[in-house]
Amino acid sequence: MFPPTKRLGRVLAVAAVAASITALSACGTSSGTTDGGGDAAQKLGENEGAISILAWPGYVEDGSNDPNVDWIHPFEKATGCTVTAKTFGTSDEAFNLMKTGDYDVVSASGDASLRLIASGQVSPVNTDLIPNYADVYDFLKMQKWNSVDGKSYGVPHGYGANVLMYNTDVFTTAPTSWDVVFDKASEHKGKVTAYDSPIYIADAALYLMKHQPDLKITNPYALDEDQLAAAVDLLKEQRPNISEYWSDSLKEGQSFQNGDSVVGTTWQVVQNTIGAEGAKTAVTLPEEGATGWSDTWMISSTSKHPNCAYAWLNYIISPEANGAATGYFGEAPAAPKACDFRTDCDDYHAGDADYAKQIWYWTTPIAECVDGRTDVKCTDYSQWTQAWQEIKG
Amino acid sequence: MTSLTAVARPRRTAARAGSAFLMRHAWLRLTLLLTAPMFWLGVVYIVALALLLVTAFWSVDSFTGEISTTFTFANVAQVLTDSLYRAVTLRTLGVAVAVTVIDVLLALPIAFFMAKVATPRARGILMIMVLMPLWASYLVKAYAWRSVLSHDGILQWILTPFGGHTPGYGLTATIITLSYLWLPYVILPIHAGLERVPDSLLEASADLGGGTWRTIRHIVLPMAVPAIIAGTIFSFSLSLGDYITVNIVGGASQMLGNLVYTNVGAANNLPLASAIALIPIVIIFAYLFLVRRTGALDNL
Repeated sequence: MFPPTKRLGRVLAVAAVAASITALSACGTSSGTTDGGGDAAQKLGENEGAISILAWPGYVEDGSNDPNVDWIHPFEKATGCTVTAKTFGTSDEAFNLMKTGDYDVVSASGDASLRLIASGQVSPVNTDLIPNYADVYDFLKMQKWNSVDGKSYGVPHGYGANVLMYNTDVFTTAPTSWDVVFDKASEHKGKVTAYDSPIYIADAALYLMKHQPDLKITNPYALDEDQLAAAVDLLKEQRPNISEYWSDSLKEGQSFQNGDSVVGTTWQVVQNTIGAEGAKTAVTLPEEGATGWSDTWMISSTSKHPNCAYAWLNYIISPEANGAATGYFGEAPAAPKACDFRTDCDDYHAGDADYAKQIWYWTTPIAECVDGRTDVKCTDYSQWTQAWQEIKG
Repeated sequence: MTSLTAVARPRRTAARAGSAFLMRHAWLRLTLLLTAPMFWLGVVYIVALALLLVTAFWSVDSFTGEISTTFTFANVAQVLTDSLYRAVTLRTLGVAVAVTVIDVLLALPIAFFMAKVATPRARGILMIMVLMPLWASYLVKAYAWRSVLSHDGILQWILTPFGGHTPGYGLTATIITLSYLWLPYVILPIHAGLERVPDSLLEASADLGGGTWRTIRHIVLPMAVPAIIAGTIFSFSLSLGDYITVNIVGGASQMLGNLVYTNVGAANNLPLASAIALIPIVIIFAYLFLVRRTGALDNL
C-alpha cells in the first residue's frame, strides 16, 4: 500500500497521461511548402512503384467498399504503382492536405484547382504524354478551371450536379424546386441538411438568381456585397431548420437512413450507396438548376512519383476506368468512350455541352467578378468563409 | 582467514566502469536523465505554444493562402469585437460548465462508494469498470452516442412508451456525450482524494452525534474539495477544446474548437485560428489561477 499522497499522485499522473493522449490524438500537424509550380514533364521514365492519391470519396475504389467496384487493382497490376489513397470531404480540406506535399495527384474541383495553381502546389501537365487525353470531350479541355495562360494543369475526370435528396415517405411527389430547403424549409424544421462549406453560399445565390431577379445575380460565384448579404440572409433563415451541416458524405447518408434528415443537397453517390441498402430516399434535379463540379486530376509540384502520376492520369481517363469511376460516383464521364462501360450516361447528359453549361461549376470566388462585371468588386472566398461562420453562428 | 574475504572483489566490466563514472559526475547523470523530457517539454510543447501566440499576429494572403509574417492586431481585434466569437465562446463555456457539473455530481457518489463503502474486491472491480471505457477509442464512443441519440436510435425506443423523445443532435446531445467521455477523468482524482479522508474522522464524527449529511458536509466535502477541483480541471479543459464530439452529435451547432478547425481546414486562415485558440487558453489560465488559491494544485 502506498502512502495516500503518492497514490493520489500516481492516479492523477495516469489520468493526466490518458487525458493528454486523448488530446494529442485529436491533433494533427501539417507543414506548408512554397515551391513554385515548375514546368511540365517532357518525357516519362520508369514507374516508381508507388503513388499517393488524394481524391473525393468514390474516386479511388479498391473493392473494400464494394467487392464489385475496383479499378485500383487493375491499375496496380498494369503499372506496378502501388496505390495509397486518402479521401477528403471538402475542397478546402483538399487544398490544405495538398500543402503537406504528401500526395502525388489530386482530384480537384473548380473551387480548389485555381487556388492550387496560384499557390504553386501543382505543376503544368504535358497532355501529349497522356494518350487517352485525345478522347476527352472538347468542352472540358483547357477550361478556366483547369488551365492558366494556355498551359494545361491536368486532365478532366468527370462532372455532375449537386442534387436534391428527399425522403420518399415524407415527400410523396418529387420536389421541383430548391424552395423545400429555403423558403419552405420550416415545414421540415430540424430535418433539413446542407453542405458544410462556404461554397454552399452559391446554392443560395443560385436560388435567389431565379426567385429574386431584382438582385441581378448572373453568376452565383460573382456576388457583390449586397448580393452576398442577401444570400447570407437566406441561409440565416434556413439555419434554424437545419438538422446538421454535412461534410462527410457517409455521415449524411446515415442521417437520411435514420430519418434525422429528410431533405437537402447531396451527391448522386450518396443515393447510390444508401439506396442499395434500402433507404427510402430519392434524388432530383430541381428546376432552378444546380451547383456542381467539374473535377481535374492534377499533379503535385513536389510529387515524388511523377511517372506513376502520369500513368494514373492516363489510366483514370481510359474508357473502362473512367466509366467505372464516374459511374460509381454518379456523374458524367470525361470521355465519350467511357459510356461503353456504363449504361446510364444519358441520365447525366454526358457529352451534352448545352446541358453541362447549365450546371454552375464550383469556382473560387475572387475580388475580380467572374461574371465579367468591372464596375464593382466582388466578394472573395475569405469573405465567404467569414460569412459562412456567421451563418452557422 | 580466507573465510573473512569471501566477498570477491567486483570484476571490472564496462557497465560497472560506466556507472562509477556517472556516480562521480552528477551533472552528466542529470543531463542523460533529463535531455529527452526537456526536449519534449521545450520543443514540442513550449515552442509550439509560442508559435501559436506569434501566429495570431500574422495574416494570410486570401488567394494563394500563404501566411504573411507582418505584424498585425487585426485577428485579435476581430476575435475580441466580433459578436460571433462572443456567442460561440459563451456557448462553449456553457457546455464546459454543464459537463463539469454533471460529471462532478455523477462522480462524487461513485467515488465515495469506491473509497469508503466497497470491499477491496468490489473496489477493484469498480475501478476496472471506471477505467474500461478508456480502452475504447474516443471516436467509437462518440459515434455510438450518435446512433443512441438518433431519431431511429435506442434512446427514442426506450423513451417513446413514456411519451418522451430523444433530444436529437444538438447542444444537449453534446453535453451528454462529453459528460460520458470525461467521467473517468473526474472519478479518478475524486476517488483518490476521498481515500485520503481517514476513517477515524468519520467514526469520530459519528461518535459525536454527527448524522450522515452533517458528516459529509463538514468532514468529507472540505477534505475532498481540492480533489474535486482537480477533477473539474480535466472535464472543463477537455470540454473547452473539444470539436470532434460536437461535430458528430452537435447537429448544426459549433464550439470554439470548430471555429479553430474551420479556420485551419476550410478557411486556411491559421492566424485567425491561432487568435481564436487564445480564448480557451486565457479561460483555462484564469480558471487555474482561481483554483490555485484553493490549494487544489498542491494535489497534482
